[in-house]
Amino acid sequence: MNGRRTLLVAGLGSLLLRPAVATPEAMRAALAAFTGGAPLGDGKVTLEIAALVENSNAVPVSVRVASPMSAADHVRRIALFTERNPEPGVAVFHLGPHSGRAEVATRMRLATSQTVLAVAQMNDGSCWQAAVEVIVTMPACAES
Amino acid sequence: MSQRALIHLPATVRRGEVILVRALVAHPMETGHRVDSGGQRLPRDIIRRVEARLDGELVFAADLHPAIAANPYLVFPLRVTGDGTLTVDWSGDRGFAHRERAEIVAT
Repeated sequence: MNGRRTLLVAGLGSLLLRPAVATPEAMRAALAAFTGGAPLGDGKVTLEIAALVENSNAVPVSVRVASPMSAADHVRRIALFTERNPEPGVAVFHLGPHSGRAEVATRMRLATSQTVLAVAQMNDGSCWQAAVEVIVTMPACAES
Repeated sequence: MSQRALIHLPATVRRGEVILVRALVAHPMETGHRVDSGGQRLPRDIIRRVEARLDGELVFAADLHPAIAANPYLVFPLRVTGDGTLTVDWSGDRGFAHRERAEIVAT
């Protein structure tokens, strides 16, 4: 009885959900495509984004990674992912020793409240992550 | 046409210093997920790739998706080893292509 009701509510929810939201499978596939299957370590990465956002059409976000950025030891790529935007991928930034420092920033859209994930890939292939849960009070594209 | 893109560098740059470059381009970044008043899906029109070169050598690149806000703004680091010309190329859907240059003068 209870399970049935949950199912019904879940079904309704998916019908009413607009815009479309990336599936957990799409998120896993996007992550795996970036990491090449490498495990995600915690640490090294600092993700800065507001925890409470009113206008989610342009949310400042920055990522810093602890790295000497030398030829032997540097960050190769930094990627941003979202759980519940229509697509999981947000951006991939390509860095190298000539960057001098591993730090990037941009402005992104958030379709709804969700977790934003930053993943850094080092030149040895290892991957490190940081996540921030963001609450959106006025979702992007609500007027569309 | 009014200016489409901006590259902003620190006022003074010292040799050996790591600076943050700010790059901004005017672009709607239409996601491809929205529909117009008639129920027609608006086709995707985004910038997909940004490349920065210092004297011709690639020093930064970014692959963008529809979740990047309109008028894409990027901040990226660069180690300055001397004077040079920084070029930034934006490219994307519907054949969008724009290049902007900035001179780096190190003290």
